[in-house]
Amino acid sequence: MKLDSKIPTGPIEKSWDKARFELKLVNPANKRKFKVLVVGTGLAGSSAAASLAELGYQVEVFCMQDSPRRAHSIAAQGGINAAKNYPNDGDSVWRLFYDTVKGGDFRSREQNVYRLAQVSNNIIDQCAAQGVPFAREYGGTLSNRSFGGAQVSRTFYARGQTGQQLLLGAYSALMRQVGANAIKMHTRREMLDLVVVDGAARGIVVRNLITGAVEKYAGDAVLLCTGGYGNVFYLSTNANSCNVTAAWRAHKRGAAFANPCYTQIHPTCIPVSGEHQSKLTLMSESLRNDGRVWVSKKKGDTRSPDQIPEDERDYYLERKYPAFGNLVPRDIASRAAKQMTDDGRGAKGTLSVYLDFQDAIKRIGEDKVREKYGNLFDMYHHITDENPYKVPMRIYPAVHYTMGGLWVDYNLMTTIPGLFCLGEANFSDHGANRLGASALMQGLADGYFVIPYTLGGYLAGSKLPKVGTDHAQFAAVEADVKARTAKLLSEKGKASPQELHRKLGHIMWDDVGMGRTAKGLKDALQRIPALREEFWKTVAVTGSGDEFNQTLERAGRVADFMEFGELLAKDALTREESCGGHFREEHQTPDGEAKRDDEKFCHVAAWEYKGEGKEPERHVEPLTFDNVHIAQRNYA
Amino acid sequence: MTMNTEKSGGMNLTLKVWRQKGPEDRGGLVEYKVTGVSPDQSFLEMLDVLNEQLVARGEEAISFDSDCREGICGMCDLVIDGQAHGPDKGATTCQLHMRRYKDGDVVTVEPFRAKAFPVVKDLVVDRSAFDRIQAAGGFVSVNTGNACDANNILVPHDRAEKAMDAAACIGCGACVAACPNASAMLFVAAKVSQYALMPQGQPEREKRVLAMREAMDDEGFGHCTNEYECEAACPKEIKVSNIARLNREYLRATLLSE
Repeated sequence: MKLDSKIPTGPIEKSWDKARFELKLVNPANKRKFKVLVVGTGLAGSSAAASLAELGYQVEVFCMQDSPRRAHSIAAQGGINAAKNYPNDGDSVWRLFYDTVKGGDFRSREQNVYRLAQVSNNIIDQCAAQGVPFAREYGGTLSNRSFGGAQVSRTFYARGQTGQQLLLGAYSALMRQVGANAIKMHTRREMLDLVVVDGAARGIVVRNLITGAVEKYAGDAVLLCTGGYGNVFYLSTNANSCNVTAAWRAHKRGAAFANPCYTQIHPTCIPVSGEHQSKLTLMSESLRNDGRVWVSKKKGDTRSPDQIPEDERDYYLERKYPAFGNLVPRDIASRAAKQMTDDGRGAKGTLSVYLDFQDAIKRIGEDKVREKYGNLFDMYHHITDENPYKVPMRIYPAVHYTMGGLWVDYNLMTTIPGLFCLGEANFSDHGANRLGASALMQGLADGYFVIPYTLGGYLAGSKLPKVGTDHAQFAAVEADVKARTAKLLSEKGKASPQELHRKLGHIMWDDVGMGRTAKGLKDALQRIPALREEFWKTVAVTGSGDEFNQTLERAGRVADFMEFGELLAKDALTREESCGGHFREEHQTPDGEAKRDDEKFCHVAAWEYKGEGKEPERHVEPLTFDNVHIAQRNYA
Repeated sequence: MTMNTEKSGGMNLTLKVWRQKGPEDRGGLVEYKVTGVSPDQSFLEMLDVLNEQLVARGEEAISFDSDCREGICGMCDLVIDGQAHGPDKGATTCQLHMRRYKDGDVVTVEPFRAKAFPVVKDLVVDRSAFDRIQAAGGFVSVNTGNACDANNILVPHDRAEKAMDAAACIGCGACVAACPNASAMLFVAAKVSQYALMPQGQPEREKRVLAMREAMDDEGFGHCTNEYECEAACPKEIKVSNIARLNREYLRATLLSE
């Protein structure tokens, strides 16, 4: 396997222009001859599908929910970054680029990030034109706020529902094309495999979740926009159905998987309350703009927060990082919380820290706090039964986002020609840590402003023979999918897929979570295969494959997590350094900060699948930093 | 039937759950006893645990839709004791917690019921009618790449806020399930209002409302008779004043159409 990143040479400011110019064009009359299959309808999938249909391509879209509007992008709360510099506070494309490279702990590609910063402004224009109800000033201009560790106010938002509004914007664009018969929409379909013919991606095999029928679709290119793999940890802020299956199946057909160990633990989530829990709820980190994070200075302090006087509180983020205070990047805030609870200083001795709004309420009044964060406070109150206007919130980090994903070149193409990967499902732009309000930006950048150019370049530059679903390879893949479903249904064990998923989650969180060690990872690499064996021996899947069967759906996803979790742990063990969301306890500075090893690990690790029971092969794409001076991140 | 005891001394409840094999099956309520329910569990987590036990015993799990489990994706859709999304105001089913219940309660769980939302299985219904209404006109026709600088379109703060109030709709269909006529007026009104209130929506203002209203009727939704049940059931508390705006928009468009 050869990794050719296709990064344009020359000055970075010109690299996207240069690449776009060099990409071949498909003439307008020929576009309708190409069929593109888009899997997933989050920000990346919906925006890509709509934009490609507008250009004239035949587009078929697949999503596993009952409507494309349900994709998990909808749950993003805080906002979307752009380098508009509307507030006149010193922002620029260059600064957004710089912040993102630094925030990613120097493990992303400079050219990708620069392009992302460049098109960020187009995204805001496009979304505003669609009628996305962004927050506005009294004069009618767009409002901005500072978010997640940025020293400029570059985040655009729609209350605490920015993801929802942006997704509904992309969904409306998608549905416009559905109404115009330019897109064929297939809901309640789950992609279960990829069809590769003569080395190129030519189709997919999906399960119709209503009827259970296995269906085949052929096309000239396949776009995976299938989100992240955070649910490998069982508990995460992801929606229940988020899974790695589409990406993992593509990996097993030849797509390299890059940097799976880069997982983001979000610092402000509602703590775990019991074994019954099905997910963790994120509280937007915009709360850190006004909330102050603290714990008791005393270990094992079980007093209630109002009994702890001011001078016995440790506002540890403000103490450790005076320049950024409560707004340090996510990985740093998460790790700091873990250090506090590891030190026995969690809130009332539990695995949580306080996020306190008393000072903000004193400063700007409860009404103003309600106006800014009302929906988040209500959500917190509802879930915990505690009133955050009176009692400080208790928060704890939770798995939230995954920076790793399928390896893609600058054109978003995987190592399988014709298979593209967009949004959270790919690995490219966030390095080892994603900054707040950058996920929405990347998903929409890929879909609205990158793939419409790069896909054309691929299609115009390839000679693709006609391939239909009657090709023998479709039958072969269909047989594989059916055999796998039959295998899941034949197990007559007693363990529900959830129970086994929960067990996997415990291993992942304990040994492959926030603090990783060689010993723990080696241990996980023993336990995961053992659990996988247990899965296939004991899993109980009731019902049949020829009907709506949510137990079967879940079992299939858990089975893939059982394989993928091992690769994640392997990647974490091999990466003998700490960077961004990947923290190896052996590699830290004397103050407990992540310590990179730029000499040995300034590269992307891309794993190649070598077959059942065989060791995957680790390939390396070196990273160079010609524009941002590589340095130890310092937020003090 | 017993559940794993989450906390010793948790609640014991009787559930009456709608089971229906498929669209053609008549379906009916089946009784389940659940024990040891923790007040910190969400309603759907309580059903998850019940399902895990059913599966372990070789019985089929109860099918129900849910995804984000934080009240924003609009996928969950249960009628609990006759109320769409259950007893809590301004909340989806997934946001309902068991602390709302007490030991010994009997709770009935049914699917959203409407002619336009046929049952798929058990508690799962088909709400694709909403997508078709959206495809008929719920958009601004602006191709990617055509936009001017965002600040060239000024939207007064209060208008933007009102538009956002309407845009908060999550498309769950509780308005339809709660309405005695199974009308989709609140859903359509929310989308029409969002665009009617913003300058971006003006070029297609008349066309949109006519097309969406027509699509709504074609899907077999009922008419609005001012019951206000939709507003009461809406997890995002979208106001019926949007329906008044929809009616004004419809009248205006009818008068203006050639």
